[in-house]
Amino acid sequence: MSIGRREFIKIAAVTAGAAGAGSASAATPHAEGTDGPGVLVDTTLCVGCRACEAACAEKNELPTPPESDDVMLQRRDTAPQVFTVVNRAEKDDGTVRFAKKQCMHCLAPGCASACPVRAMDKSPEGPVVYDPSKCMGCRYCMVACPFDVPKYEYDSWKPRVRKCSFCADRQAKGLKPACTEVCPSGALTFGRRSELLELAKTRIYTNPGKYVPHVYGEHEAGGTSWLYITDLDLEKLAFRADVPEKDIPSHVSGALSAPPFVMTLWPPLLMGLYVFSRRKNGAEGEEHGKEDHHG
Amino acid sequence: MASVQAGAVTAQQSFVREKILLGMGWREYARSCCTKGNAIAAAILVVGLPIFVYRFIAGLGATTALSQTAPWGLWIGFDMMTGIALAAGGFTIGATVQIFGLEEYHPIERPAILTAFLGYVMAVIGLLADLGRPWNIVMAMFNFGTASALFEVAWCVMCYTTVLLLEFTVPAFEWLGWRKLHAVMRKALIGLTVLSVMFSTMHQSALGSLFLLAPTKLHPLWYTPFIFVFFFISAIIAGISMVIVESMLSHRAFHSQVAGNHVDMDKLTLGLGKAGALVMFAYFFLKLQGVIDGHAWGYLPTAYGALFLVETVGFVLVPAFLFAYGARNAKVKLVRAAGVMGVLGVILNRLNVSIVAFNWNQPVRYVPSASEVIVSITLVTIGVLAFRWIVNRMPILREDPRFAAGHH
Repeated sequence: MSIGRREFIKIAAVTAGAAGAGSASAATPHAEGTDGPGVLVDTTLCVGCRACEAACAEKNELPTPPESDDVMLQRRDTAPQVFTVVNRAEKDDGTVRFAKKQCMHCLAPGCASACPVRAMDKSPEGPVVYDPSKCMGCRYCMVACPFDVPKYEYDSWKPRVRKCSFCADRQAKGLKPACTEVCPSGALTFGRRSELLELAKTRIYTNPGKYVPHVYGEHEAGGTSWLYITDLDLEKLAFRADVPEKDIPSHVSGALSAPPFVMTLWPPLLMGLYVFSRRKNGAEGEEHGKEDHHG
Repeated sequence: MASVQAGAVTAQQSFVREKILLGMGWREYARSCCTKGNAIAAAILVVGLPIFVYRFIAGLGATTALSQTAPWGLWIGFDMMTGIALAAGGFTIGATVQIFGLEEYHPIERPAILTAFLGYVMAVIGLLADLGRPWNIVMAMFNFGTASALFEVAWCVMCYTTVLLLEFTVPAFEWLGWRKLHAVMRKALIGLTVLSVMFSTMHQSALGSLFLLAPTKLHPLWYTPFIFVFFFISAIIAGISMVIVESMLSHRAFHSQVAGNHVDMDKLTLGLGKAGALVMFAYFFLKLQGVIDGHAWGYLPTAYGALFLVETVGFVLVPAFLFAYGARNAKVKLVRAAGVMGVLGVILNRLNVSIVAFNWNQPVRYVPSASEVIVSITLVTIGVLAFRWIVNRMPILREDPRFAAGHH
C-alpha cells in the first residue's frame, strides 16, 4: 500500500517529465535534439558513383537504381520508390560536381509539426520517421516541407508517404546509415551534428577560397541534421535556395496560441452580449418574456 | 391481435405518407419527382457516384491530377476550404439572432444552419475522398499532433458538425412532433450558438493558418502572418453573402412554402447588405495591409498581381460599394448581385490560396482532372438535393404552426 519516498519521487519525476515533453513537443517538436546524429556532405569530394543510391535502394528494398550514369544528364528528384538521388552540375570552369539529395532531417521538422496524427514524427534519437499505421493521408507534410522531400504513393489505394528515414533502424543497432557506409570517396561523414559543423567550418577556413563560405543546413529551416559544403551554388545541384532560416513550426506557433484565448474568452463574452441584448429587447417590448429567464 | 397489427401498419403507412411522401401515395410521389431538374441531378449522380467509388479502389493517382508538387487539389481547395467558408452563414446568422438578439433575422436562421450543416457534411465526404488513408481518419482522436493547424481544423470540424447537427434537431423534432425533446433542444440553442461561434472562429481561421508553414511556397501576395485573420473575416463575408444568395434562391424555388408567410425578405437582405459592406471594407483594407506588410507591391504588375487585383478589387471592393449603395438606397437587386459576387470572391480567394498561388514558383502546374471536377459537382448536387428534400418536409423556411407560439 505505502509508496516509498524514492518510488514517489520517481513517479513524480516521470509525470513531470512527460508533461514537460508534451508541452515542448507542442511548441517545437524535439528541438532539444540539436546534437543528434548528422551527416556532412562535402560535394567537392563526391565522385558521382551513386553507390549511395544503390545502398539505399537495397536497404529499403526499393527498385535498383538505373545502371547507366546517363540519368544524371537530367535533374532528378526523390520519388516514392527513390529515397535518394545524386544530381550533377557543371562549374564555370568545366569541372563537374555532384550532390545527393534526401530528407534533411530538420531539427524542428515542418512535416512533423504539420502532421495532425503524429504519423510523421521526430524520434528522440534524431531521425524524422514515418508510421503509416497512423497516417490519414492528408499530405500536409508535403505542403510543409521546405525541401520538397516527402513523396506520395498516388498509384496505390493505400498510399504511404515515402522518404529517407536516416536508417533509423540501423542507427538503433549502432550502425551507420547505409549510404554513408558505402561512400568510397569520403564525401559523406556520419557523426554528431555539432562535430560535423565544426569539421565543415574547419574545412572552409583551412582551404581559403575553395568553398562557398556557407554550411547549407546549419541554419536552413532552423537547422538540419544533414549539412552540405560546396564550391558552387547549391541551387545548381537542385537544392532549394529559398529555405527560410526560421524553423517551420515557429511560423505557425503564434496562430496556434490563439485557441486557448478563443476558448476562454468567447463564451463569457458572447453570453454577456446575449444577456445585454435580451435586456434591451425586454425593455423594448417584452416579446418573449417567458423563456428569457433561462438566459 | 390482427387488428392491432393492422393498426400499426396503417399508422406506419400514414407516417411515411405524411412525413416522407409529402402526403402522396408512392406512385403519385414517384410521378411528382419526374422533373427536368431531377433528371439533370440524376444524370450527375449516375456519372459522379461511380467515380467517387472508383477513387477508393484505384487510388488518387488514377482519379486526380495531383502530383508530388501539387499535393492538394480541388477536393481540398474547393470541397473543403470553400465549402466550409460558404457554410459560415450558420454561425454568423445564428449569432445575429441568438446572441445579438436581432430577432427579425429569425426567418433565415434555420435555412442558414441547414446550409451550414449540409455544407460541412459534404466537406467531410469530400475530405474522405481526398484522404489517402480515409480509414485512419479516427487517428486524429487518438494521436495529438497539437503543433498542427490541421489538428485544430480536424477537431473543430468534428465538434462544429456535431453542434450543427444538434441545432438542426430543433426543426427535425418539430417535423417528427417530438415535443419534449424539442423543448430541451430549443433551450440548448443559445449554448449551441456560443459553441458554434467558438468553433467557427477557431477553425475558419485555422484553415488559413494551414498555409503559415509554407512561407516559400505560397505567393507573397497571399502569404502573410495574418492569413488566419483574413480567413476568419472572409468567412464572415462568405456567410453573409451566402445567406443572401441562398435565401434569394430558396424563396424563388420554394415560393409555395413561403406563401402567406409575412417575412419582409427584402428588408432582411438590405440589412445583410449593410453588414456585408462593413465587413468587406474592413477586409479590403486588411488585404491592403497584408501587401504592405509583405512588401509585395512589386508583384502587383505581374500575372499573379492581376489575379490578386481581380480578387481584392473586383470581388471585394466593388461588391463592398454595391452592398453599401444598395443598402442605402434600398436597391435589393444590387445587394443580391453583390452577394453573388461575394460568394464568387470567396471561392476565388480559397482556390487562389490553396491551388493557384500555391507552389507558384514550381514549373509543374496543377489543373484538376475531369474526375475531380465531376466529384465536386456531385457533392454540391447531393447537398442541394438534401437541402430541397429537407426544406420540403421540415419547418425550415416556414413555421410549424403547432410550434409557432414561442418562435426561436
